[in-house]
Amino acid sequence: MGINWFRYASPVSFLPLARALAPWFLATAAVLGGIGLWLGFGVAPTDATQGDAYRIIFIHVPAAWMAMFIYVVMAGWSALALGYNTRLSAMMAQALAPTGALMAALALWTGAFWGRPTWGTYWAWDARMSSTLILLFLYVGVIALRGAFDDARRADRACALLTLVGVVNVPIIYFSVRWWNTLHQGSSISLTAAPTMAAIMVTAMLVMTFALWAYCIGVVLWRVQAIVAEREEGAPWLARTAVAR
Amino acid sequence: MTEPATARGLPAGADTVSVLAALRWGLARDLAIAFRSRNELVVQLVFFVLVASLFPLTLAPEPGTLAMLGPGVLWVAALLSSLLALPRLFGRDFDDGTLAQVALSPRPLPALVSGKMLAHWLVTGLPVVVLAPVLGAAYRLDAAAGALLAASLALGTPILSLLGGIVGALTLGARGGSGLAALLALPLYVPVLIFGSGAVAAQAAGLSASPHLSLLAAGLLLAGMAAPFAAAAAIRIALD
Repeated sequence: MGINWFRYASPVSFLPLARALAPWFLATAAVLGGIGLWLGFGVAPTDATQGDAYRIIFIHVPAAWMAMFIYVVMAGWSALALGYNTRLSAMMAQALAPTGALMAALALWTGAFWGRPTWGTYWAWDARMSSTLILLFLYVGVIALRGAFDDARRADRACALLTLVGVVNVPIIYFSVRWWNTLHQGSSISLTAAPTMAAIMVTAMLVMTFALWAYCIGVVLWRVQAIVAEREEGAPWLARTAVAR
Repeated sequence: MTEPATARGLPAGADTVSVLAALRWGLARDLAIAFRSRNELVVQLVFFVLVASLFPLTLAPEPGTLAMLGPGVLWVAALLSSLLALPRLFGRDFDDGTLAQVALSPRPLPALVSGKMLAHWLVTGLPVVVLAPVLGAAYRLDAAAGALLAASLALGTPILSLLGGIVGALTLGARGGSGLAALLALPLYVPVLIFGSGAVAAQAAGLSASPHLSLLAAGLLLAGMAAPFAAAAAIRIALD
């Protein structure tokens, strides 16, 4: 059962793979997103206490999950980039950062819209909101550090180290803020207990989660093609492989 | 550019000796430089006092409000003044080439870096710790709260120097200057800020401050263990 994973550590062999896979993930995201939104906004019943305002969670919760998860994935690629000194790992980390920042911003934004009718305020200095805001700053920091260097390889390694320092800090930030102040409602879904929400709502949320997963993977694979094209500009192999647009 | 000779002049010996010698060399050198540029240290301290005295001018200076806001404000001021002093740590040594020579030394780089970070804390963090109870009195904090504030700063400001060292090393040679360093460092400082000012707030609320101080001490141990290696790695990246 031999897939030689290191084969795909080279941009030369990874580029065709990314180009082949990206449209499938984006198409999946579109289909699942359509189903999820239909379930969430059309089929799921109105919540007894929160009214229709609760429906924002079908975007809010998956986006918040993705924001946290993408940072961990980015740290994984960064560790590979520093450990094996592989260029593609650093390019993947670079491609993930803007999507992670987008997800964090989306979680904060939708959270503010949900907070207004439910808590009576757009913003409260609640634990999860504050830690998501700091997560957004960490993403912005990585993107800004990348932009501060002309030498792409230097930027790769500095960003990888910063991401690793950040990922050690993310749980510390999360727990420090959590002990500090908690207003946010508890999780409605956990792996250890039965969900406290109707099955159709859980289904809609899970479908939306998979849609966002597919979107993130697809768009990152799309962006990494652009990064490869930019970095390898003038390389003979790239000229032979028609550049993805 | 006489530093490499000094670096070579360190006594050779067992590993522990080598580590301690490197640490002592980094400490002594940076302390000497700091002593010769005393003016800048005074400027940094005045900045701390200035930031702390701006808040009563912009808020209603009522005793109850001030005592409630004091610990947080003084912590933010300490954090900003630590940020202001960040370029002193590696920036100049990088610009004039000293850092490249230091990195060539056979001594372990993390130990040299630890010495520099310790020196940085002694000249930028320790004065803030000493000054804080005085400013605390201006914020109507009682003696116990002032002492607790100093204790939390004594445990917390070394973490700021250690984390700041990583960020300072990462941004060597980067465009964007101090704004970039602030953007990278401030999110990492958040837990220190929360536990540090939380200690005084907990005491004011009649709770025990020791959990906060214990967590700060744990953070200091973790940062003290890991940050010199991360900063040394960042310096190697910058010098590549």
